[in-house]
Amino acid sequence: MRRDGMGTDNGFVETCFFTFGESGDPKDGLALESGKFLAPVTLAYETYGTLNVAKSNALLVEHTLTGDAHASGYHRGDNRPGWWSDMIGPGKAFDTDKYFVICSNVIGGCKGSTGPSSLNPLTGEPYGLAFPVITVKDMVAAQKRLIDFLGIEKLLCVAGGSMGGMQVLQWVADYPRMVRSVIPIATAWKQSPQQLALAEVGRQAVMKDPNWNNGDYYAGPKPENGLSVARMLGHITYMSETSMEEKFSRKLKNGDYSFSFNVDFEVEGYLNYNGNNFVNRFDANSYLYITRALNYFDVSAHKLIAPGEKIETSFLVISFLSDWLYPSWQSKELVQFLMSHQQDTTYCEIKSTYGHDAFLLEFEEETRLIKHFLLRVNNES
Amino acid sequence: MSHNAVGNIRLDHLLISKLIEPQSGVLDLGCGHGDLLALLRAEKKVRAQGIELSEDAIFHCVEKGLSVFHMDFDSGLSSFKSQSFDYVILNKSLQETLHVEYVLQEALRVGKRVVVGFPNFAHWRARVQLFFLGKTPVTKSLPKYWYNTPNLHFLSITDFEDYTKDRGIRVLERHYLTSQAELRLFPNLFATMAIFVVTRTDTVE
Repeated sequence: MRRDGMGTDNGFVETCFFTFGESGDPKDGLALESGKFLAPVTLAYETYGTLNVAKSNALLVEHTLTGDAHASGYHRGDNRPGWWSDMIGPGKAFDTDKYFVICSNVIGGCKGSTGPSSLNPLTGEPYGLAFPVITVKDMVAAQKRLIDFLGIEKLLCVAGGSMGGMQVLQWVADYPRMVRSVIPIATAWKQSPQQLALAEVGRQAVMKDPNWNNGDYYAGPKPENGLSVARMLGHITYMSETSMEEKFSRKLKNGDYSFSFNVDFEVEGYLNYNGNNFVNRFDANSYLYITRALNYFDVSAHKLIAPGEKIETSFLVISFLSDWLYPSWQSKELVQFLMSHQQDTTYCEIKSTYGHDAFLLEFEEETRLIKHFLLRVNNES
Repeated sequence: MSHNAVGNIRLDHLLISKLIEPQSGVLDLGCGHGDLLALLRAEKKVRAQGIELSEDAIFHCVEKGLSVFHMDFDSGLSSFKSQSFDYVILNKSLQETLHVEYVLQEALRVGKRVVVGFPNFAHWRARVQLFFLGKTPVTKSLPKYWYNTPNLHFLSITDFEDYTKDRGIRVLERHYLTSQAELRLFPNLFATMAIFVVTRTDTVE
């Protein structure tokens, strides 16, 4: 693998694609939780490091709501590294000198895996709302097909934050014998009413945009206004009161009030910039489908581990003090269940002021925890 | 720390290590940097679990490969099933907890045996300071001043003996330490620290 001189990283990487259910028989595709079938299914994925001969050093990293398979390294012609490059690479927390790291884009997404913007084989047009409603269980079932395809019988670890953490927990619920250890970060085993409510506001912003047109907009103007408002709301929930104070305070963009509804405050500029940016890189229907999947997700209590079931999965649960979107009490609820189940568990609440964003920013603390946790489970395996 | 060490291992840790049966399940309440749990895992192959409030200490535990919960055990044991650990350890942490009685009851519920280690407030040096100087003792085993000590409760070996009798807690073993060695005679006067192994009266051995 070539290093490109930008520090220790995974150099240039390329996205791979894995497709199943191409036979035309929907039953060869993915049997969804809703009872429907999805076929064919393509998963975009990337890998970093080398799979050992025993295929025992594989880690699966799960991305967030708007993330993608590009977790580390650089795509050619792109100067931005993958979304978790701070954590994945030689000598890093997910050490690619030791481990083989896999990241795949979720189904329902728009970053190379099959989703509502993919072509519906029945019509030759983008699915739009003809795309079946998918769940986190379905996302993970699709990933499981990829892991089978790669010939890996047991993952050394499945790790991820936020929605990624939900997929992590779904792996435990559905395929406990395939996961030696898991690292759910800044996540919950089910959404609270507050989280359901925030998701609904985001979706309504999209659906009330006339350009949304019941999801049928791929040939015309896109519901950019609605999607950008949804993203603005999202960004507020990713920060904390303290981090907003530190980042923006009441700072003005042009030194004085404009006495109009133009962007006066820096925080407004930030939200507008990110909202507008988002519509260029994300599909509005994917936003609806994925937030819905998170609403339906629930692996609380014995849905995670059945009563009396013994599983050998070790847990490292991480939360952040100022995260009010996925607050620590939700992680503690999970941890207390694991305590009662005598499951091998480590829990750390990292003191951070970054809010939900912390899991992408506090990589030094996360590295200290994850690196040694992985060393231990690797030694014990 | 207040006690001398053999090699790099603290005397109280060595003593506790001798008390613990091999291959047992151990829950250490207030496990700090995890030195004791790491010792028990190395020497006795125990299934080790810690609980600790300090974030910095959590990092040290994880670096030692230990499993640890970052929480306040003063309010956090109710999730554990009764008698789910062979040992619950409260080494120099009981006197720092707010709800001593609740924590001890919970420890006795969760653990088949509870190892309680605490500094002896009635050590002769402490008595001399209190009696002749009229000052709150500051000694090797009670190294902090009244305004910065983490200790919320001050007890002597006799206090703890009385307490176990009063509450019907069965004492299985009692060990006393000076800063150099184990001690047998006049512990309440000469021991800087005591380590008790206790169990619920209704626990069938």
